This record gives sequence, C-alpha cells and structure tokens, in this order.
Amino acid sequence: MEAQAIYTLWLRDIKWFVRDRVRVLVTFVQPFMWLGLIGFGMSGMFPGGKTNFAGMRIDFLDFMGTGILGMTLLFSGTFAGIAVLWDKQFGFMKEILVSPVSRLSVMIGKVLGGATVAILQGLLILCAAAAMGVTLPEPTRIPLTIGFMIVIAVAFVSVGLAFASRLSDPQAFPLVMNFFIMPLFFLSGALFTLDTAPGWLQALAYFNPMTYGIDGLRFAILGGSLFPVWLDFGALLAFAVVAVLLGGYLFRKMTI
Amino acid sequence: MTENLTRKFNELVAVDHVNLEIKRGELFGLLGPNGAGKTTLINMLCTILPPTEGSAKIWGHDVVKEPDDVRRSIGVVFQDPTLDDRLTGRENLDFHARMYGMPKEVRRQRADELLELVGLERQGDDLVRTYSGGMRRRLEIARGLMHHPKVLFLDEPTLGLDPQTRRAIWDYIQKLNRKEDITILLTTHYMEEADYLCDRVGIIDGGKIIALDRPSKLKARLKGDIVTLEVPNPERLVGTLRESELVNRIEVVNGFLHVGVRDGESAIPKLVRLLERKGEKVQSVGLRRPTLEDVFISYTGRRIREEGEAGAKERMRLRMRARRR
Repeated sequence: MEAQAIYTLWLRDIKWFVRDRVRVLVTFVQPFMWLGLIGFGMSGMFPGGKTNFAGMRIDFLDFMGTGILGMTLLFSGTFAGIAVLWDKQFGFMKEILVSPVSRLSVMIGKVLGGATVAILQGLLILCAAAAMGVTLPEPTRIPLTIGFMIVIAVAFVSVGLAFASRLSDPQAFPLVMNFFIMPLFFLSGALFTLDTAPGWLQALAYFNPMTYGIDGLRFAILGGSLFPVWLDFGALLAFAVVAVLLGGYLFRKMTI
Repeated sequence: MTENLTRKFNELVAVDHVNLEIKRGELFGLLGPNGAGKTTLINMLCTILPPTEGSAKIWGHDVVKEPDDVRRSIGVVFQDPTLDDRLTGRENLDFHARMYGMPKEVRRQRADELLELVGLERQGDDLVRTYSGGMRRRLEIARGLMHHPKVLFLDEPTLGLDPQTRRAIWDYIQKLNRKEDITILLTTHYMEEADYLCDRVGIIDGGKIIALDRPSKLKARLKGDIVTLEVPNPERLVGTLRESELVNRIEVVNGFLHVGVRDGESAIPKLVRLLERKGEKVQSVGLRRPTLEDVFISYTGRRIREEGEAGAKERMRLRMRARRR
C-alpha cells in the first residue's frame, strides 16, 4: 500500500511535467541560451575555443555543457520544493496529509518524482546540447553519467523539500534560489576551471557539494576531473544522505 | 467522541475543552460564527493538527495515538479547495483511491458510481481548472467518499455557493447519510443549513459548545414565537416590557425589539395595546417562529452574522481566495 502511494505521488509529478508544455519548452530553450549565447560568446576568449582542464585541452563548449547539465539538475531539483509550496497554497497538501500514507512515504514519493523530472530535464538538455555539437558521453560511460545525475538530483530535491517544509509562501522560493542555490552554482566550477581560480575561491568550493557533482559529471562525460572520481562520488553521496535525512526530518515536522 | 479537546494558538484558545459525542449514522452540525473554532476542531479530529490538551476518538481510534487508523476511517472535505486543478476530475478521484490502497477495478467502479451520485458523470474527464465552484465542491465530496469512510467531515460545504447549488449539495448530503449509512459531521455558519440538514446541532462560540440538541428542541427551548416590534426607542422599553407576564424574553437586535412570547397571534394585540397605553408609537409589527439564529442570539446576545460587517469580511475572504489562484 505504501509502495502504491509512492508510485501515485511520483505519477502525479510526471503527469504535471508532461502536461506542462511551457516547462518542457523552457528546458529546451535554456541550454540554447547558456551554451548558444554565453558559451559561444565566451569560447571566443579562448584560443581556438579550447581551454585547459585537468591537464587536457578540451573544447570550451564541452566544458561548459557539463556545467549546464549540472545546473539543470541543481535548479530543477531544488525547484521540486516549489511544487510542495503550491500544494500547500492550493490545499492539495491537506488531501495528501489526511490520507493514511505515512509522511515518510509522501517524502519518498516527492523525492522520486522531483528527481525523475530533474533527470528527464537533464537528458533533454544533453540532447539539446548534442544538437549544438557538444560531446556526449561514451556509451560505456553512460551508466556513470546517469549515476551522478541521480545522486545530484536526489540530494537537491531533498534540499528543496527541506526548504519547502519550513516555508509557506511560494513567493519566498525565488529568494531561496538566489541566496542559496545561485552561489552553489557559481562556486561549483560549472563555468570556469577551479584549478586556476584564486585560492580563497578554491577553498570555498571545497565545501560546496555541487563542486563534486560537476567534477564527477566531467569525469563521466569528458574523461578528466580535478578530484579522483571516488572522492567526487563519495562526497556527493554523503551530502545526499544528509540532505535526505534532513529533508525527511523537516518534512515530518511540517504543519500546514 | 471528544473529551476536553483544546487547542491554543499562543494565547488564543481556539477550541476550549470541548466534549462531544456523535452517534453512528448521525448527521451532526456544528453551527457557529466565523472564528468560533469549527475548523480548528475539524483539523484536530482529522489528525492534521495536534491538540494542546484533551483527547478525541473516532470509531474507537485515538486521533493522537492511532492517526493512521483514524485517517483510514474518515473522509474530509475541507473548507478551502484541495483539488489538483491540473488533473481531471476522475484523476483526482483515482489519486485519492490509490493513496488509500484501493485496487484498480474497485477504483474505476467506485469513481463511476460517485461521479454519477454528484452529477459529474459527463465532466469526469475534464481538467478541474474548467470546473465551476459548485462542481469542484461536488467533486470534493465525491472524493471524500471514495474509500468508503465511516465518518465524513464537511467543513462549510456550501460556503460561497449560490442558493441553487447549495440546495443541490444539501440533497447530496442527505442522500449520502441515508444511502451510504455514513456518519456526517458538518460545520456551517448558515443556520438554515443546520436546521434543514442536521439531526442534532451543536452551537459553538468562542471555542465552546454552548448548546447541543435537535434543531426542533433547541427552538422549542425558546418557548413560543418571536414578535418583532419597530418602535422609535427600543432600548427604553426593554425594562417595561420585561415586567409584563406576556413576555418570556426580550432583546434589541439591529434597532428592533425581539420579544419572545408563548402564543404570537394572541400576544400581538396585547403588546400593542400595552405600548400604546404607555404612549409609545408602534411603527410595525412582525411575527415569526424562532430560528436557530434566535437560539444563537438567546445564548450569546449576538447574531451569527452581523449583516454588514461579517458579510463584507466573508466576501473579502472569498475574493482573497479567488485572487490566490
């Protein structure tokens, strides 16, 4: 019965995503803006459009493509929290909470739903990026790529749910994005290589879980990384566990 | 069903040591003005708000200790809408049924049955966004019934609906109570609603139950009829009239004298003669049987809805709600 409830909550998130054509369209348009406008624009600043990364010379667009993939997972993962706030606002959360389904299952259903949507968006972005000539992972590296995508998505959906259980107003959510999520994105090395960044910035980046997510994605897709891949995966997984536990705890205590 | 149930919000006591017992199969009404504590009481009974003090049992299950058993045996229709308007009517029902672990065949059959009961069989596959207020309300009632609850809570089921839709919803509620043999607890601040629908009515004000009985008995307690008199100076006459043995009770409501008498028809000429002897001018006279509103006034000295102010507040509230969508 709990499994059916989890599936039901998941299914609802998927239905929302599939029916929301605007969101699917935006998913496609965003990478074109980032890669197409900013990426092409910035690659002109590098000789031959190539940059040094982890001892390799790679196309700047490839470098940035993985960053944008990470960004999508980070943003759309955290944004799953806003759906919970809308549910609170429009009352649907009450319908969920008076059902005999445990809070834990509700949380699991929301995490799986949010993560699935974030991963779907990530895959859409990979396709869109490939259309612009960005390298896709080798077939043998696809499982590792997906693995990193899953852990990033689950971790940040949980972060989003943690915020959502403490907030009540959907309008407060963009604030969360600006104050907590944007810094994580900028400090993650998604847009520039951390090994050439100033020391203080590198030091900050070490504390950013997203750094390891982006680095891991680069290892999986481009074949090179700043940290060993086990460290990337381990650090990210540890963060995901903490995020899920914290999200679960706050979600249990949520009142509406 | 409840024992000394209390809920405080900081200093505010929203529900104050309420003791209620509702019988199986009963259609019970909680009647009270806005802010009387009706919704808070319902929220505690359906386990989404923990009580500060006291306890409550539903179908033998404690709301604090056995919330899952309670949730399985109740259906709730909240005051504010709780539908997912991006899903269709049928999908909303299906979501609900899945959350209660109903198998597919039963879900489909039950949804058909209930959509027909609430007259939505043709709109079941439309998105809820396209529904009118009354349709949404009916769908919510249907949803609350999907899992065959033993007790159904209806929090202000007809708030903000037009009279025709209200009438239709009353009919559904009565049909349910009889056909599906469900115990129903509804809250309302419309006295006609409580009067028309409910087997018993509890009048709640300031978090306390101040009267509880069958509507007919509550009204009978007022002993007789109510004569309304329009006079230039009602306050001045209260004392004089109270001394008359004709008069059971007397109040001034909105500038009118409300006089409770045993037998209205024969009391009117006597009252008018009495006032004229005192040199008072009677401008108009009315006679009516007591309503639950009069019962409420007799206990609290106030009307349930102060016409101007509360009416405006409610319209405001509805407007705010509409704007939030």
